[in-house]
Amino acid sequence: MRPTSEQELAEFIRATNGPLDIRGGGTRRVRDGTSLETGGLSGITLYEPGALTMVAKAGTPLVEITAALDAENQQLAFEPPDMRGLLGTTGEPTIGGVFATNASGPRRIAVGAARDFLLGVRFVDGSGNIIKNGGRVMKNVTGYDLVKLMAGSWGTLGVLSEVSFKVLPKPEAQGIVSLPGLSITKAVAAMSRALGSPYDIAGAAHLTETANDKPDTILRVEGTEASVTYRMGQLKTLLGDMGEVVTTLSAPDHWTWVRDLTHWHGGAEDVWRISAKPSAAPELVARLPEGTRVMLDWGGGLIWAATQPGRDVRATLGTFYGHATQVKGTGFPRTQPESPGVAALTEAIRRKFDPRGVLTLGLSED
Amino acid sequence: MDLPLPNANILSRKSAIVRRLQSVLPADAVIHDPAETKAYECDALSAYRCPPMIAVLPSSTEEVAAVLKICHEEGVPVVPRGSGTSLAGGALPTSDSVILGVSRLNTVLETDYDNRFIRVQSGRTNLSVTGAVEANGFFYAPDPSSQLACAIAGNIAMNSGGAHCLKYGVTTNNLLGVKLVTMDGEVLEIGGPYLDAAGYDLLGLICGSEGQLGVVTEATLRILPKPEGARPVLIGFNTNEVAGACVSDIIKSGIIPVAIEFMDRPVIRAAEAFTKAGYPDVEALLIVEVEGSDGEIAEQLSRIRAIAMRHDPVEFREAKSADDAAKIWLGRKSAFGAMGQINDYMCLDGTIPVSQLPMVLRRINELSAEYGLDVGNVFHAGDGNMHPLILYDANKPGDLETCEALGAEILKLCVEVGGCLTGEHGVGIEKRDLMGAQYNATDLTAQMAIKDVFDPKWLLNPAKVFPLAASESRRVA
Repeated sequence: MRPTSEQELAEFIRATNGPLDIRGGGTRRVRDGTSLETGGLSGITLYEPGALTMVAKAGTPLVEITAALDAENQQLAFEPPDMRGLLGTTGEPTIGGVFATNASGPRRIAVGAARDFLLGVRFVDGSGNIIKNGGRVMKNVTGYDLVKLMAGSWGTLGVLSEVSFKVLPKPEAQGIVSLPGLSITKAVAAMSRALGSPYDIAGAAHLTETANDKPDTILRVEGTEASVTYRMGQLKTLLGDMGEVVTTLSAPDHWTWVRDLTHWHGGAEDVWRISAKPSAAPELVARLPEGTRVMLDWGGGLIWAATQPGRDVRATLGTFYGHATQVKGTGFPRTQPESPGVAALTEAIRRKFDPRGVLTLGLSED
Repeated sequence: MDLPLPNANILSRKSAIVRRLQSVLPADAVIHDPAETKAYECDALSAYRCPPMIAVLPSSTEEVAAVLKICHEEGVPVVPRGSGTSLAGGALPTSDSVILGVSRLNTVLETDYDNRFIRVQSGRTNLSVTGAVEANGFFYAPDPSSQLACAIAGNIAMNSGGAHCLKYGVTTNNLLGVKLVTMDGEVLEIGGPYLDAAGYDLLGLICGSEGQLGVVTEATLRILPKPEGARPVLIGFNTNEVAGACVSDIIKSGIIPVAIEFMDRPVIRAAEAFTKAGYPDVEALLIVEVEGSDGEIAEQLSRIRAIAMRHDPVEFREAKSADDAAKIWLGRKSAFGAMGQINDYMCLDGTIPVSQLPMVLRRINELSAEYGLDVGNVFHAGDGNMHPLILYDANKPGDLETCEALGAEILKLCVEVGGCLTGEHGVGIEKRDLMGAQYNATDLTAQMAIKDVFDPKWLLNPAKVFPLAASESRRVA
C-alpha cells in the first residue's frame, strides 16, 4: 500500500488488521508485515530560510530536502547518518524516517539530536486517528510534547504524515584539530577538556582504525575562517601537553566517515551503539568482548562497537549509566530493556496509540 | 476563569488527611491553618487566587513519594509548586487540593565538569544552578526572566525558555534526566548523564507536561562552558516592518546571535522613563547579542552592522564597555517592571513565524484600538516568541475581562498565522480554554491519553492545560 494522502493513509490503517511494515525509504527494515510505503506522501510544503524552518511530507526523500537547503546554504545540523552502507540496504532515506528513528550524527553533541530540531508532527495512530502536535515555530509549550514522543518511536505509535523542523545555516569554514596516537583514556580526557572550553566543538571523535594504523582523536570546529583559525590555535595551546596536535583548515571531510561508519561497510560483524557517560568510555570499552572494533563519537559519550555475530554485548557491559542498541545483527532486543516502571509506562503508551497492535509491536522487537 | 467545584467529601475529611500527612512529614512541613495556606493561594498570575486545603513541603524524594501515595489513596488532587512564578496559573490550587511545594529540595547532588552535567534537587532556583558551576567556567543555559526565583521543577514543568534560547535551546534541550515520582508514589529514573533515550523519549514528554504526569524531585542538567565574551548592539528603526526584515536578514546571513530582542515604542518609552537607559525614541528597537572572543565578536558585529545599514536604521549603538552593555540590557530586563509602573498588565506569550512579525504587530495595534486597551510589545524576535503586554486597571470593573478578551484575540491571531498559544509560559489555567483554537478534539484526546497512562485517576494538577469540558469525564471518573 502506498497512500498518496493523509486521509488515504488513515483509511488504510483503520481498515487493516496489520501487522504493518512501515517503509520510508526502506533503508532500515523494521519488521515483516503488510507493506505500507510513505513515499506517496512527498514534497516540501513550506520553507522559510529567514525563519530557519521547513515543513515537508514525511515520505519526502532526504535528497530533495538537502537540495532545497543547499540552495539557501542551510542544512540539517544534527547530521543524520546514512546507514545504507553499514546495513547493506538500498533505497532513498526519507525525512520521516530520519525523525522516526531520531537519527543524529557527530554534531549532535553540539547542537542536539533530531528530536531537538523537530518542531511539529502530523501522524496517523494505530486506530487511524489523524493527530497533530507542535507546529512550525521554535518555541512551543502548548500542551504535551508528543513531538518528542514521536521522534525515535520507530513508527510504533503512529505513521508520520508531515514533519516541520528547524534548520541552520551551513558553516562557512571547518577546521580539524587532530591528536594522533592517544590511548582511549587520554583521548577521552582530551575531548572532555576541549568540550569544556569555550571554543564551540562541533564534533569530537576517537578513531582506532586509521590509514596509518595509529589511533587518531579528532575535534571539529566550524564558523567563519577567521574564527575557525583562532579557535584551532587556542585548542592547540589548550591540548599541547597531551602530545602532538595537528590543525588543518577545511580539512578533508573525516566526518562523513565518522557519521556513516564507512570503514565498517561490508563487514560481517554485529554493530552496537552504546550511549554512556563519556568518562566511562575507557572502562566500558575494556569490558567489550576481545577483538571488538570500536570508535568513539560525542566526546566518548557514544561508543560504536563491531563484534563477532551473536555476542551479547549488554551482558558483557553489565550495569552502567546509559544503554546499548543493536544497530546491525539479530538475536537480541534492538534496544536495551528498560527498568520495570519505565517499561510499564512504555507499554501503556503503546497500547493507547496502537490498541490493536497493527503498528510494529514495541521497540524491543528485533 | 472556571475551576472545578471543590469536592465536599474531600473537604470533610481534611483533618484525617492532615493526620496522615503528618505521619510521614515533620510537623512544620504540613501547613493546614487557613491563615498559613493563604501564602499558597496564587502564583504570578495573581488575578486568580484560591487557598489550597493543605500545603506540604517535603525534603526528600521519599517524603514526596509518601505524600503522593497518601493523596492517591485518599483521592485528593495535588498541585505541584516550584517557586510559584508561573505566569499561566500553573501552580494555582483548588480549595480541595494539596499544594506540594519542592522548595526544601534545593541541594546540589553532583557536579561533573568532565561529563558536563550537574544533578540537583528540583527546588533549586534556576540562577543558583549556574551559581554552583560558574566558578569553574560553566553555566546552565535556559534563562527565564524569573531566573532569580524560579525553580528547576517549574522550569521542567513548563519547558521554560529565556532570552538566549535562539542559540542554546529551551529546557527540554538541556535536560538529561529526572527522578520522577508518579501519583501512586512510584519513583522512576528517566534518562541520566548520557544522551538520548533507549526507548520512547519519556523525558521529552515529561518536560512541559505542567506537573500533570508526576513530580520531578531531581534533575540532571547539561552545563555548558561560558563563552569568552558577549556583546550586545542596539539598533533602532522607524517602523516595525523594517525591524522585522532586519531580523530575518540577520538570521538568513548565517549568523546565529545568542539573542535578538525586540521592543516597540510603548515599551521603549516606558523602559526609558523607568530606567534612563538612554534608549532612542524610535518605533522599534532591536538588541542583538553575539558571543565569542574579542576578534570573533568584532567580526560578527561588523556583519550585523552591514546588514542593519541596508535597512537604514535610526540608530546603531555598539557596546564599547561592560557598562555600555549593561545599559543596553537594562531597559529590556526592566521592561515588564516598567510597564507595571504604568498600570496592571497581562503578559501574553504567543509565538509566531518570524516572517509574520510586521503583520501581527499591525493587527495587534488595530485590536488594541478596538478594545480600548494599550498594548506594548517586547519579545524574543529571533524565535518569534512574542510577549504582548496588555495594560489594564485591576480596580476598574470589567477591565480585566476586556483585557482577557483582547488577549484571547491576540493569541488566536498567533495561531492563525501559523504560530502557537504559548512559547514558554505554559497553558496553565490562563490559556486552557483557548486550546481548541490550536488543537482539535482528536489532538487533545491524544495528549490526554498520556495523562491517563501516568495518572489514571487524574489527581495531579487536574484542572489545567485541557479545557474543563474536554477533561471532565476523566476527572470525575
